[in-house]
Amino acid sequence: MLNMTPTVLKNLLSKSSTRMYPIEKREPFERYRGELFNNIDECIFCKKCQMKCPSQCITVTKDKDSGTGTWICDPFACIYCSICVDHCPTGSLYMKPVHRAPSAERDMMEQTGKIKPPKKKAKAKK
Amino acid sequence: MARTIIPFGPQHPVLPEPLHVKLVVEDEIVQEAIPALGYVHRGLEKLAEIRDYHQMIQVVERVCGICSNIHSMCYCQGIEEIMGIEVPRRAEYLRTIWSELHRMHSHLLWLGLFADAFGFEALFMQFWRIRERIMDINEATTGSRVITSVNVVGGVRQDLTPEMCSWILSEVDTAVKEIKEIQNTILSDYTVCARTKGVGVLTKEQAYDFGAAGPTLRGSGVASDMRLLKYAAFDKIDFEPIVEPDGDCYARSTVRFRETLQSADLVKQAIAGLPQGDIAAPCKGNPEGEIITRVEQPRGECLYYIKGSGKKFLDRVRIRTPTFANIPPLLAMLPNCELADVPVIILSIDPCISCTER
Repeated sequence: MLNMTPTVLKNLLSKSSTRMYPIEKREPFERYRGELFNNIDECIFCKKCQMKCPSQCITVTKDKDSGTGTWICDPFACIYCSICVDHCPTGSLYMKPVHRAPSAERDMMEQTGKIKPPKKKAKAKK
Repeated sequence: MARTIIPFGPQHPVLPEPLHVKLVVEDEIVQEAIPALGYVHRGLEKLAEIRDYHQMIQVVERVCGICSNIHSMCYCQGIEEIMGIEVPRRAEYLRTIWSELHRMHSHLLWLGLFADAFGFEALFMQFWRIRERIMDINEATTGSRVITSVNVVGGVRQDLTPEMCSWILSEVDTAVKEIKEIQNTILSDYTVCARTKGVGVLTKEQAYDFGAAGPTLRGSGVASDMRLLKYAAFDKIDFEPIVEPDGDCYARSTVRFRETLQSADLVKQAIAGLPQGDIAAPCKGNPEGEIITRVEQPRGECLYYIKGSGKKFLDRVRIRTPTFANIPPLLAMLPNCELADVPVIILSIDPCISCTER
């Protein structure tokens, strides 16, 4: 009992070790993997993220008739390992260091963008 | 006096995970304990059939919610050995740093839970407050508090900057100072000793015969530690296994307490010796062959059997976790103890049921 007394007194005199969370928030760490985003303008719909994803939460489809591609991610199945970010050839995938807000509905992240011609072909045309 | 069967778990205030033990009790004295497992089986080994060997890293990390980094390290070591990949020295040191940080936070978590098991809530809070420092280091350096996802086949994904290294050293020093402040409470307090000394005794012979692992084995006086195999950077780090001879709950908690301080020292040694260089070697092709790798987890020896046949999907991944090895010794500790001591004894092996059932 007496062994703990100095610690108890110290705790009484020092400030609280917890935070008033929703009011007072801590700055996120720079490397924290919070939420996955895709900069769809840079995406070339190569499906590399879909193949590398361990939880198989990313689906990429291409529609050649309309010239558009769709990138769909299930944020509730995503494990935020950032393997897809490491393997993205154009760097269009990135992580934000702020975690996702809670949601009452299960919604998918769906983004549609134009399929760009490969760079080599674009150069040849010029 | 008639015999009564009292179910302990799967839901019990001291149990973080569902373990069910049927206790055959006579006059509040346990005569026999019959375990029942299978509440959190997830079939992770079976996933090797539909996830390739790179994706399996993320799967094996989820075997355990506490020592995730050490699981993936063990798996990667196995694959690297099959494929003959030489891991850069810097990557080995970084793996050592993160694995020792994981051991620290796992032991601090356990020390808190153990204090909670004998009803010392204030001590529980103290340990968990210190643990937050280690969790912050994990979050700042790897990007996640527990499931670090830093290991890849051939090395690691993240590097430590010199500023991070000095910050880790100062945080670890503060944590050690704070742990030493409550050292007297957990090791020599009258009430703590009354609840743990001479309770759940496992003799050296019993521990060896029943195949105990980790602090349960070392708490019974057997100097067995897989870090002596010199994997990762342990070949260049001064290391001696911590052994206590008594074999009771107090000895096991002392082993874990001293190991926490030892891990802090190992982190400091690894940071001091951190060489410059690459953090990952390229990995090409598919694994072909079979291997057994072993590492020391916070709970004891963890064994991976990996078999590949030149395809991107592995034929078999078999994981033998330390808690699985520690259940037979637990059943040897329980007979002839009082019913009130059962939570303390069960907690003293540091049960990780999600590891055991995978």
